[in-house]
Amino acid sequence: MKLFRIKGGIHPQDRKQLTAGKAIEDLPLPALLHIPLQQHIGSPAAPVVHRGELVRKGQLLAHSQGAISAPVHAPTSGRVMGVGNYPAHHASGLSVPTITLKPDGAERWVAGASPPADPFRLEPAEIATRVAAAGIVGMGGATFPSAVKLNLRTRYTLQTLVVNGAECEPYLTCDDRLMQEQAAEIIDGIRIMAYALGVENVVIGIENNKPAAQSAMQAAAQAYPEIRIARLPARYPMGSEKHLVQTLTGRETPARGLTADIGVVVHNVATAFAVHDALRHGRPLLSRVVTVSGGAIRTPNNLRVLIGTPVSDLLEYCGGYTSTPARLISGGPMMGQPLPGTRVPMVKGSNGILALTRKETGGDTAMPCIRCGSCVNACPCGLVPLEMASFIRSGNLEGAVGFGLLDCIACGSCAYVCPSNIRLVQYFNYARGELTARQRAEHRQTETRRLAEQRSLRIEKQKQARREALARRKSAANNRRAPAGVES
Amino acid sequence: MTEATLFSGPHAHDAISLRRTMLLVILALLPATLFGVSIYGWPALNLLLVTVIACVVAEAACLRLAGKPVAIFLLDGSAALTGLLLAMTLPPWAPWWIGVTGALIAIVLGKQVFGGIGQNLFNPAMVARVALLVAFPLQMTTFVAPRPLSSAGAPDFLQGLTITFGGGFQVDAMSSATTLSYVKTELGRHTPLDAALAPVFNLMQHLAGFIPGSLGETSAVFVLLGGLFLLARRIITWHIPVAMLASLLLLATLLHGLHPDTFPGPLVHLVSGATLLGAFFIATDLVTSPVTAKGQLLFGAGCGALVYIIRTWASYPEGVAFAILLMNALTPLIDHYLRPRVYGRDRKGEPLVYDGQREQAE
Repeated sequence: MKLFRIKGGIHPQDRKQLTAGKAIEDLPLPALLHIPLQQHIGSPAAPVVHRGELVRKGQLLAHSQGAISAPVHAPTSGRVMGVGNYPAHHASGLSVPTITLKPDGAERWVAGASPPADPFRLEPAEIATRVAAAGIVGMGGATFPSAVKLNLRTRYTLQTLVVNGAECEPYLTCDDRLMQEQAAEIIDGIRIMAYALGVENVVIGIENNKPAAQSAMQAAAQAYPEIRIARLPARYPMGSEKHLVQTLTGRETPARGLTADIGVVVHNVATAFAVHDALRHGRPLLSRVVTVSGGAIRTPNNLRVLIGTPVSDLLEYCGGYTSTPARLISGGPMMGQPLPGTRVPMVKGSNGILALTRKETGGDTAMPCIRCGSCVNACPCGLVPLEMASFIRSGNLEGAVGFGLLDCIACGSCAYVCPSNIRLVQYFNYARGELTARQRAEHRQTETRRLAEQRSLRIEKQKQARREALARRKSAANNRRAPAGVES
Repeated sequence: MTEATLFSGPHAHDAISLRRTMLLVILALLPATLFGVSIYGWPALNLLLVTVIACVVAEAACLRLAGKPVAIFLLDGSAALTGLLLAMTLPPWAPWWIGVTGALIAIVLGKQVFGGIGQNLFNPAMVARVALLVAFPLQMTTFVAPRPLSSAGAPDFLQGLTITFGGGFQVDAMSSATTLSYVKTELGRHTPLDAALAPVFNLMQHLAGFIPGSLGETSAVFVLLGGLFLLARRIITWHIPVAMLASLLLLATLLHGLHPDTFPGPLVHLVSGATLLGAFFIATDLVTSPVTAKGQLLFGAGCGALVYIIRTWASYPEGVAFAILLMNALTPLIDHYLRPRVYGRDRKGEPLVYDGQREQAE
C-alpha cells in the first residue's frame, strides 16, 4: 500500500537482535505481587477487597472510578496481604496505593466469568463495556483506557482502525514476538475492535525490521480482505500514534486534537490480544509480555509476566546483571523512564526492562549549543528544539511555547542526535511541569481572591443587615414613644 | 546504579560529539592544506603552525580569564579549526605577525567576546581575514607563484624562516597576482576578457591549484573532495553549498551570456579565489548559518549573489569573506522568519482543519 513520508526522525541503533530470536517464556509465579491501583491515565481504581481476604484468579480487586479509569484484577489466586502504599513503577520512587497479594499457587479462577458465544452478535457498546470491565488499557505504554477509545464512534465519524505494531523503540521485541507467536489471536482481537468501532478498514503497521512478524500477521489476516498489512520503513518515531497515522494516510492530526479528528483510531497489537482474551475467554487483563534486555543483562529474554510482579524477579530469571548497569530503564531507551530500584512492580503499560551499560547510554558532558541544526532536522514535529531550550534556559517559558513546546511529543530524537549532548528533553519536561505548576498557582490565586472578595461582600452584607435591623428597631421604639395619632 | 535516577530520556545517544564534528572538518581540510604547504613551501608551513598555535593559545587565555574549564573546551578542537581555516585564507608567504594578529582577532574579538563556542554571530576566521585585509592591505594582497618544496626556486628551511619571521621577501621580484585581481585590473583597463584571461586562466591548473593564491584555497579538486567528505559524513547538508554555487554560477552565466567581453564566465568564478572553500567550509559554519533547510537555501543563495556582486562591481577582487559576513548578520533574522511548519498546524500556527470534521466533533 502507498505510504507517506514523515518529517524528521532518526535511525537509532536498534539492538533488537538481543531478544528478537527469543520465544516468549512464562515467568514462574512470584512470591508476592504488588498491584498498584493506578496503572492507567485517569482516576485511580477504588479497592473492593480487604486485608486477609482470599481472592481468586481474575477476581476484581478494585473498580474503576469515573469516565476515564480502569479496574484491576487479581493476577492469580491468593490472600490479600494488605491494601496500602508501595513504591510506584515510576522514576520518582514515590509510594502509591497498592494491593499486595500472596499467591497460593492454586491458580483457582473466579467463578462466573462467561465469555459471550459470539462477540459479533453483541451491541458495539457492550463490547466496549466488557473491555472496560477487563481493565484493558493501551499496552504500547500510553495506558489510556481502551474502552474510552472504542466508544469514540459516538462522537466522531470513523473510517479506519490502525493497529500499531511498529515497535520503533530500540531493544523492545515483545510486540514482535507476540505477533509471531499469537497472530491469529491478535487478528481476532483486531476484528472485534473494528466491529466495536464500526469501521470497514483496518491497517496493521509493522516496521520492516520485523519480517517474521509481518508474514505471520499477513498469513493470519489472509481470510479477511478488510485487514491490510503496511510494511513500514524502520525509522524512529514511527510508532508515535500521530506519525503512524500520517505515514498511512498522509494526513496530520490537527494540533491538540485526536487521530479520531481525521477518522482514525489507533490501538496497539498487545491491546488487541488482550481484547481477544477478554471477549473470547472472559479473562481480564492479568499479564503482559515484556522484553528484558540491555548490555548488563546476562540472558536477555521476552517474558510473560503477571501484573504486579517485582522487577527483581524478572532480572533474576534472566540471570541477573553481568556488570552494574549505568541505568535501569522501564520501556525503551528513547522514551522510557529510569527506575529507582528493582522492588517496584510491573504494570500494564511496561513493555521493557532495560539494564544499560555506560557504553550503551552514551553521551558525555553537555557542551554549549553550536546551532548546528541537527535537532531541527531530526524533529518529527517541525519544532526548533535549540531555540526552545535556549528560551527555557533563560527562564522565558512563553518564548519556548511560541516555538512549539506544547506540540513536542518528547520522542527524544533531538537529544539523540545532538553533538553537544544537550539534554533537550529534560529542558522540555521541566518547562512543561513548570508551566503546569504556574497555571495551578495562578488558578489558586484567582480562586483565593474570588473567595476573599465573596467573604468581605458577605460580611459587609451582614453588617448592613445588622445596621438596618438596628435602625428599624430604633425607629420602632421612637414610634412607640410618639403620640398615637401621628402614625395614621 | 551508577547514576542518579531523576532525568528524562533518551537513554541512548548517537556516536557523535562536538569534538568528533570538529575533527572531521579538520580532516576534510587536510588535503587542501597539505597541498598548499607542498606548493608554497616552508614559509607556508611556518605561517600555518604560527596561526594555529596562536589561536589555541588565545583560546586558552580567554577561557582562563572567563573562568571556564580550559581542557574541555580546548579539546573540542574548535580553536584549532578556526586557526586552520584562517591560515588557509592568508597569503602563504605572509609574515608571522599577520598570522598572530589574525588569530587574536578571530578568537578574542570574533568568538570569545560573544561568549565562546556557539555564541558568535560572525565566522571568526572571516572576521579576522577581513580585518587583516582592511588593516594590512599590502601584506594581505601579496601572493606568490607556486614553488613546490623540491623545485629549484623554492626557499629552503632557513630561507623559509627568514621569509616568515625575518624581514619578509623581495616583494617586487617574487610576487604574483591572483587570477581574480589580475583579471579585475585588466578589465579595468578595458582589456577584452579573452586577452585579460589568457595569461592567467588555465582550467587544469586552477582545478589542481598550481596558481598564485591563498595558502589553502587554490586547489579546487582537494577542496571539493573535502566538501564531499563532509557531506558524506553528514556534518553539513547540501543546502548551503548548492544554493551558494548555484546563485553565483547563475549570475555569472547570465551576465557572461549578455556581455561575453566584460564579465568572466561561470567556470572562472567557480575555480578561482575562495569560492569552493567558502561554499563548503566557511558558509556552512554550523554556528553562524541558519538552522533550517529553507533558511540555509536562502542564506547560501545570498552568499553566492553577494560574492558575484562584490567581485564584479566592488573595489575588491575577491568577495567571499565579505559576502559570508554580511549573510552571517542576517542569520538571526532568517532563523526568526523561516521556521519549519509545526506538525498538525498550518503556516500561521493554527490547528489544521479538515473539511469541517473538527467542528462536527465538537
